[in-house]
Amino acid sequence: MNRFLDLIAGLYALVAYGFIYLPIVVLVLFSFQASRFPLPPFTGPSLRWYGEVLGDSKFTGAMVNSVVVGVVSSAVAVLLGFLAAYGCARMRDRLGGAIRALLIAPLSVSYLIIGMGLVVLFNWAGVPKSLLAVGIGHVVINLPLCFAILYSQMSDNIIRLEQAARDLGAREWQVLSLVVAPVLWPALLASFVLSLTLSWDEFLIAFLLTRFETTLPVEIWTLLRSGLNPKANAIGAVVFGVSILMVVLAELAIFGKGTKKS
Amino acid sequence: MTGSKINWHMVLLVGPAVLFTALFFLVPLIAMAVASFTGGGGLSLDNYRHFLTQPSYIRALVNSLEVTLVVTGISVVVAYPLAWVLAERVPERWQRVALMLTILPFWTSYVVRSYSWLLLLAERGVVNRALLASGLLDQPLQLANTRTATVIGFVHFFIMLLTLTIYANFRQLSPSYRKAAADLGASGLQTFLHVVLPLTLPGIMVGAFLAFVLAIGDYVTPQLLGGSNELLMPQLIIQQIGRRADLPLAAALSLILMIVISIAYLACARWLKLERT
Amino acid sequence: MSAPVVSIRNLSHAFGALTVLHELSLDIQPGEYVVLLGPSGSGKTTLLSILGGFLQPTNGAVLIDGRDCTHMPPAKRPTTTVFQDYALFPHMSVGANVAFGLRMNGVAKAERQRLARETLALVGLEQVLDKRPHQLSGGQRQRVALARALVMKPRLLLLDEPLGALDLGLRRQMQEELKAIQKRVGTAFVHVTHDQEEAMALADLLLVMQDGRIVDQGNPERVYTQPSTRFSATFMGENTLIDAEVTEISGTTAILRTALGTLALDRPGIRKGKATLTVRPENLRLGTAPSGRVSLGSGEVAESVFQGSYRKAVVRTGSGGDILLKLPVDMPVGIGERVEVHAELRHIGLLQE
Repeated sequence: MNRFLDLIAGLYALVAYGFIYLPIVVLVLFSFQASRFPLPPFTGPSLRWYGEVLGDSKFTGAMVNSVVVGVVSSAVAVLLGFLAAYGCARMRDRLGGAIRALLIAPLSVSYLIIGMGLVVLFNWAGVPKSLLAVGIGHVVINLPLCFAILYSQMSDNIIRLEQAARDLGAREWQVLSLVVAPVLWPALLASFVLSLTLSWDEFLIAFLLTRFETTLPVEIWTLLRSGLNPKANAIGAVVFGVSILMVVLAELAIFGKGTKKS
Repeated sequence: MTGSKINWHMVLLVGPAVLFTALFFLVPLIAMAVASFTGGGGLSLDNYRHFLTQPSYIRALVNSLEVTLVVTGISVVVAYPLAWVLAERVPERWQRVALMLTILPFWTSYVVRSYSWLLLLAERGVVNRALLASGLLDQPLQLANTRTATVIGFVHFFIMLLTLTIYANFRQLSPSYRKAAADLGASGLQTFLHVVLPLTLPGIMVGAFLAFVLAIGDYVTPQLLGGSNELLMPQLIIQQIGRRADLPLAAALSLILMIVISIAYLACARWLKLERT
Repeated sequence: MSAPVVSIRNLSHAFGALTVLHELSLDIQPGEYVVLLGPSGSGKTTLLSILGGFLQPTNGAVLIDGRDCTHMPPAKRPTTTVFQDYALFPHMSVGANVAFGLRMNGVAKAERQRLARETLALVGLEQVLDKRPHQLSGGQRQRVALARALVMKPRLLLLDEPLGALDLGLRRQMQEELKAIQKRVGTAFVHVTHDQEEAMALADLLLVMQDGRIVDQGNPERVYTQPSTRFSATFMGENTLIDAEVTEISGTTAILRTALGTLALDRPGIRKGKATLTVRPENLRLGTAPSGRVSLGSGEVAESVFQGSYRKAVVRTGSGGDILLKLPVDMPVGIGERVEVHAELRHIGLLQE
């Protein structure tokens, strides 16, 4: 009976994974398409479209924009989140609870709503659509995550370390930069990488808040509006590759050092 | 450590994050609410009235709800057994690898992933080609630009998400529960129905809620795969900004969506409280 | 002697190349409270798992009421287990938890509710019938787990370190309750623990395990005062061990020589050659041996330390060995004094490996 169950389980998993990977496989396969349309039959392999995409300044520019927006907004989110987590860890009363609730609130709101809110605000305040606007939007969505992760790491151990450092005469900023930050560096790195990954792939807020200079997902979107195009396959495969790289880096950062994450 | 020492240290530490959130999250929400009540040069309920009187607008909300509920349902039904297989049948050594495999496709660009379904479901796409070649059909199916395509696109994404949440729940279950059930005379099926299933319900509900919120607010998948015959709420909202530049109406529609999400949250609140027994 | 309710015949178990149980044989009488005592790695939990049906032994048989149940799964076996973490189903009320086994066996709702209520009353918890496990204290949860197992009226109840998670005061209280409940229901219990005081308080039959073998068994008093192996002598608390040599034997009486002096012991089965005397430190006394007590010889008092409820003393022998004693607190003992050491005959254990 157990053997039979194993067989069914295996088959089911196979079909499920097949379904999950089907689009990925087709995407990557037809990125090497030689002819005009990324549809069967496969007339490859050819690096023609990779060449076109990587040579297209719109795309390379958008990629750079994505990286810049990602890195900057993630850094801001991590910094703000770290300081707030450190401060909140010492506020165990109702005020602390209220602040924590406020900082975590954006997690429960759809990106569409956050984006729309910023559109209305910026429109009223006269802030033009720009990469800066997107950067702000990405900090809004990533700050709660960074805060949550870093707050969960602010254990009593950290408080004790901090007390010991202060006892030895360190001033507040020294405690932060020389004691707490180094101890928490895996969590800091993990938050940063997570924010970067989310920002890098984020479409909706970027779509709403940019016009000319834009990020990669929006640029891809524009391309897609004009129909099926192997360039999209190529860029998709590139994005996939870069994302996997970032995940691998994060893995090494977190699990390589064997941190305890609760 | 009762009452906090509110000194300038605290303000410097917590202040920036709080200020930022207040300015770029709270204020926009308020601004949106205010904007939604603007119309005809002053405060009015015009936008909401507009929504309630336009059948196509109501239709969009109904479409959104229908699609989202169907997607959530299918995803749960497909993901549960997969999570079970991962948690129970895969040997311990391969657990991490199998988990990685399950979430790897998350790392393709969301836009591109939806697009790749368009590729698959297009008239001359892989699926139709395969069906024609195998002789099951003699005419290609209209798959792209339909609600079916939207549903498939969503389900593809949410299976991965739900497998994760349900899998995490499974892993967290103490093996003693199953031993105790067997010890007391329960068969495999009885153990599953009376012990395992109820105890994995939190994982299902968390995943389902996440899927609901993400799906109902998604613009990319319905726009790419669903075509323009049928609009969902996000498409309707974006439409107001684009062509018609009617921000107040868009704001009102967004708020209506937020209310729907809040209702869903209240319904699932029991399971979303992270209480450990 | 009636037929044993459980019989273990030549039970062995190995995990791959590692043998964890070596040819165990044991009989458990109906109504007996059996305690498996041993350090971690002794195999006691493995034995319990095999009795419960969660593990199939690599060799040997388990008979329950004369029937071979070795390969019977837990669901069909007339045993129930109280797990170390209680495993109370968090999504069910206490009443539903206790009635679960009955429900799985097709008992009607009214009947199983009645039985559940009765068994909860037995453990003193009928008032929490409608509560959820997370609302109960550790001690209450332990009792619900017990009720859930008892309501099935098993032939054998297995307990896997059931009191391990409780604090000391609660543990002592629960031990008394467990003993009382067991006497009331009359079911044979097998209780695994590493706490020797718990073992002695509860057991009718105490089994000391080491490295997958039963190295001593019997009633707690006998195992404690007259251990049959060096391991059980030293595992269960402090023991004073005195090297001895049997020099003469006539009939069942033997003359032994130790570093303290010579003594005569009347013990069947004694042989010539090396031996070890074991006496619990609290059973040794100093001074002239009154009648009825056996003198072990004499030595010089090297240490005398107040320890609260007793006085620890060390007597040094001529050849350099130390004898540990636990004396009544107000017994006068002078350092440097030359004293006689004596004990009652029944408190002197003899080990000849």
